Amino acid sequence: MYDLLYLVFAFPLAGFLVLAFARGRVGERLAAAIGVGSVGLSALLTAALAGQFLSHPPAGGAYTQTLWHWMSAGAFDVRFALRLDGLSLSMMGVITGVGFLIHLFAAWYMRGDEGYPRFFSYMNLFVASMLFLVLGDSLLFLYLGWEGVGLCSYLLIGFWYKDPANGAAARKAFVVTRVGDTLFAIGLFLLFHSLGTLDIQQALSLAPQQFAPGSPTVTLITLLLLGGAVGKSAQLPLQTWLPDAMAGPTPVSALIHAATMVTAGVYLVARTHTLYELAPFALHLVGGVGAATLLLAGFSALVQTDIKRVLAYSTMSQIGYMFLAEGAGAFQPAIFHLMTHAFFKALLFLAAGAVILACHHEQDIFKMGGLRKKLPLAYACFLVGGGALAAFPYLTAGFYSKDEILWQAYASGHIGLFWAGLFGAFLTSIYTFRLIFIVFHGEYRGHGEVHAGHGLAYGLPLVALLILSTFVGGMIHQPLSGVLPANPAEEGGALQQQVAALSGAVAIAGIALAGALFLGERRFVARLAQSAPGRWLSRWWFAAFGFDWLYDRLFVRPFLYVTRVNAADVFDLAVAGIAAGLRALYRGSVRSENGRLRWYAASMAAGAVLVIAAVIYL
Amino acid sequence: MTEATTLPLEHALILSGILFALGLLGILARRNILFVLMSIEIMMNAAALAFVAAGSRWHAADGQILFILILTLAASEASVGLALVLQIYRRFGTLDTDAAGELKG
Repeated sequence: MYDLLYLVFAFPLAGFLVLAFARGRVGERLAAAIGVGSVGLSALLTAALAGQFLSHPPAGGAYTQTLWHWMSAGAFDVRFALRLDGLSLSMMGVITGVGFLIHLFAAWYMRGDEGYPRFFSYMNLFVASMLFLVLGDSLLFLYLGWEGVGLCSYLLIGFWYKDPANGAAARKAFVVTRVGDTLFAIGLFLLFHSLGTLDIQQALSLAPQQFAPGSPTVTLITLLLLGGAVGKSAQLPLQTWLPDAMAGPTPVSALIHAATMVTAGVYLVARTHTLYELAPFALHLVGGVGAATLLLAGFSALVQTDIKRVLAYSTMSQIGYMFLAEGAGAFQPAIFHLMTHAFFKALLFLAAGAVILACHHEQDIFKMGGLRKKLPLAYACFLVGGGALAAFPYLTAGFYSKDEILWQAYASGHIGLFWAGLFGAFLTSIYTFRLIFIVFHGEYRGHGEVHAGHGLAYGLPLVALLILSTFVGGMIHQPLSGVLPANPAEEGGALQQQVAALSGAVAIAGIALAGALFLGERRFVARLAQSAPGRWLSRWWFAAFGFDWLYDRLFVRPFLYVTRVNAADVFDLAVAGIAAGLRALYRGSVRSENGRLRWYAASMAAGAVLVIAAVIYL
Repeated sequence: MTEATTLPLEHALILSGILFALGLLGILARRNILFVLMSIEIMMNAAALAFVAAGSRWHAADGQILFILILTLAASEASVGLALVLQIYRRFGTLDTDAAGELKG
């Protein structure tokens, strides 16, 4: 059974190849069957593998399948090996399970688009790369998947490439994450330099012998890896690309920019947790970055007007929670929150997609309103998904994971992280229910008839994710105990009950405040927004604290200035001179090639005379 | 063979040079491809004459062997060249080399 592991990524890869090479020759139905079916097959296989893993766990809690040697040069030996353990199984479950539901929804969402087969070929390539990332037994293999998902993210953000704005958003996402990827690559070089291997298990077992705790080398390596993680996961200071990435089709936002790819940084830190435990400073920084991002994104989400940007900022802030948990040493709750977040955020994005299509590609929430009667399924999805995002007590999946994170942060003595998380939870419930109240309550303010979607591909993914976002998803137990370190604090006890009650109360208070502010006439909010500090704050928050402005001044403009100044330096002149000389030579030889036989004969004779004269006289 | 009947080498070489120059002039001046072919024949025979004269001067058979070689070459060249001339006439309806000059840069 376990030796079928390679098929999990082989199916989507085959789907990508078939769709990529058959482009233009397959219709919508066939493309959807290939694109959705391949991911469905790997989801089924993952389910079978999970059943096998839970009933008959492999020896040592992990199964390694070596497919072939990738490259070998001296001590540098990279195996093309897959590793199945509790962590990669959990990630595989999210990628193929949620991925399949999103693919199915996309088959409905993208219908009628001229790039339908292209869309599914990119999506399949993404799933295959993401599986590379989580299954790779070597950091180099992981890096291959890491770059693969980055490429697919670029291709899919710019999917509707005819609008230059989408291309710009795709480039921005690619370049900003590239900054992190470069740091990541340098970290890998350093790691290989000091440990002599990139095999994850070998590196993790060698690291405690090679590095003293807190030594500068291991701190530098973990900081560089963290650079890669914050780039991919849109955390401070490389967070600016994620809101713009919403230019892609909505299923892309659900799959790549909410459920899977942006959580790759969380996975990387969890996978290399041994290194981070040797570098307490870097681990503190992980928690600090997470806390800062979750607050910053929470404030920004409060004032956004685009339905997808609200969700994008909420994704940033929820990934901030995962980093915060890892900073507190609670790796298992981080991965647990990763899974529940994948459920409810995918649900929210798909429901947002349903709303956007129903309103004729309208994304401004102030041009919606009163949709709860017309789109009952989307309304239910937003209530449950939004409740899970706001961690509504006991009924939703988000409560179980977020409460666990807050409790671990509190009990392990990270009081600062705990208060940041609690305040972030308050912000989360306000902005989530602000979105729901504006979109689904009040009067309809848009143009055109609202038409709800229907069909299996529309309903099934929404209902399945809706069920997973309730306490059902919170009941799932991930087999992480052998892979990730135990939680720093113990479960149970009266104190945990109190923390749970506190976080539940904060969530409900936030919902109540959102209701008071945004249900009905919204006179108070309007007055607040008109006042001078309100105007200033909301503009500052709307621009996400001006990071785009800052980076534009700090990096983009100086770079463009340097390129402009540098356009005609000495080297360019030399190169241009060579080009001009070649052009002159070309013109001369073209003129000599005039098609006249007698001219050719004469030049041959002249050449012969010249050569003979040279031979005689020289 | 007496001394009086022997031509000096220089005379033969001068005749050969004149023939060669005439042939070259024919190639450069003539536009009819048939005359161009004939001029090439003349140039080849000029070269052959130089070989024969040199062979006679050094009392070696090599000059006459080379003459036979050049004769063979001229025959094959004439057959291929005439076939090409025929094709050119069919294709362009003229034997003017300038009118058939299609291969330009």
